Amino acid sequence: MSKIVVMTSGKGGVGKTTSSAAFAAGLALRGYKTVVVDFDVGLRNLDLVMGCERRVVFDFINVINGEAKLSQALIKDKRVDNLYILPTSQTRDKDALNTSGVGEALDRLKEQFDYIVCDSPAGIERGAVMALYYADEAVIVTNPEVSSVRDSDRILGVLQSKSRRAEEDLEPVKEHLLLTRYDLDRVERGEMLAIDDVLEILSIQLLGVIPEDQSVLRASNLGQPVILDNQSMPGQAYGDAVSRFLGDEVPHRFIKREKKGLFGRVFRRSA
Amino acid sequence: MKLLDFFRKQPASAPQARERLQILLAHERAGRDGAADFLPQLQRELLEVVKKYIAVDDDKVQVQLDRNDDVATLEVNVEIPETLPHKRSA
Repeated sequence: MSKIVVMTSGKGGVGKTTSSAAFAAGLALRGYKTVVVDFDVGLRNLDLVMGCERRVVFDFINVINGEAKLSQALIKDKRVDNLYILPTSQTRDKDALNTSGVGEALDRLKEQFDYIVCDSPAGIERGAVMALYYADEAVIVTNPEVSSVRDSDRILGVLQSKSRRAEEDLEPVKEHLLLTRYDLDRVERGEMLAIDDVLEILSIQLLGVIPEDQSVLRASNLGQPVILDNQSMPGQAYGDAVSRFLGDEVPHRFIKREKKGLFGRVFRRSA
Repeated sequence: MKLLDFFRKQPASAPQARERLQILLAHERAGRDGAADFLPQLQRELLEVVKKYIAVDDDKVQVQLDRNDDVATLEVNVEIPETLPHKRSA
């Protein structure tokens, strides 16, 4: 039974594409055949973040318009088995997306894949609505910052009213919160909203907390999903989030100051 | 943490980011007038031409673009049925 998961946020720049890439790679690493689909028509970036920008020939819009077969547009990831990327068009705009075209394409993807991860564009207009319309589950990517939290609340409203599940009165889209760019130092100094603040305001289930870290920029520079950098805190935090998504109970990491750092442990051991 | 980073310094990634962007944007700017979208059209027209002479299915003509630093290669693959069903001349 395949599932459609949308990465959405309302606000731009919070980490939807980074999270889509990491999450899809994480699911594939667990053995699930996964495709990550770029819905940001005209502003495609998933290909860059996934490092396959030079392999794009046909795209999602060509498939919707019947100009290419799905197999021609799907790009197989060179690092992770079971992982595919479906890039979008850089030259068209969001009007190229329509409910029936997207629905048909997703139906065909469902025949081949266990998970279909939809990387939503920012906003609440056509592109974002098309990305979330067929979703079974939604990951709301949020930064601990007022405008991001407000926009997340707004997109939750859209999910609850404009998704197919809402329109057809089915079981609602399952909502998960992914808190990204969490800066523990600033939270501790009282400069940034804490996890509990955001949870209390949005009142949805917490899937994961991704700490602010230089490894994310490094990963996008190199065109590698950050989850592949399993030395990094974000890489490990995304891994945990994927485990939770799949039903495992995993404690949250990187959300409290470590009592003893590396040096502390070394000194204690030698003492 | 800063001290630790100093010891396990990874190679800088920004030069790679710069290079990837330069290559990508050079291609995108060149095709901004819509020229980048020619591939589906090219495939359709190639298919029509091939079909004039050989009875092939619609999905047997494939075009593939591969971009490298200096050259881009356009690969056209036509899969021809084993027994050539020639079109009968009228």
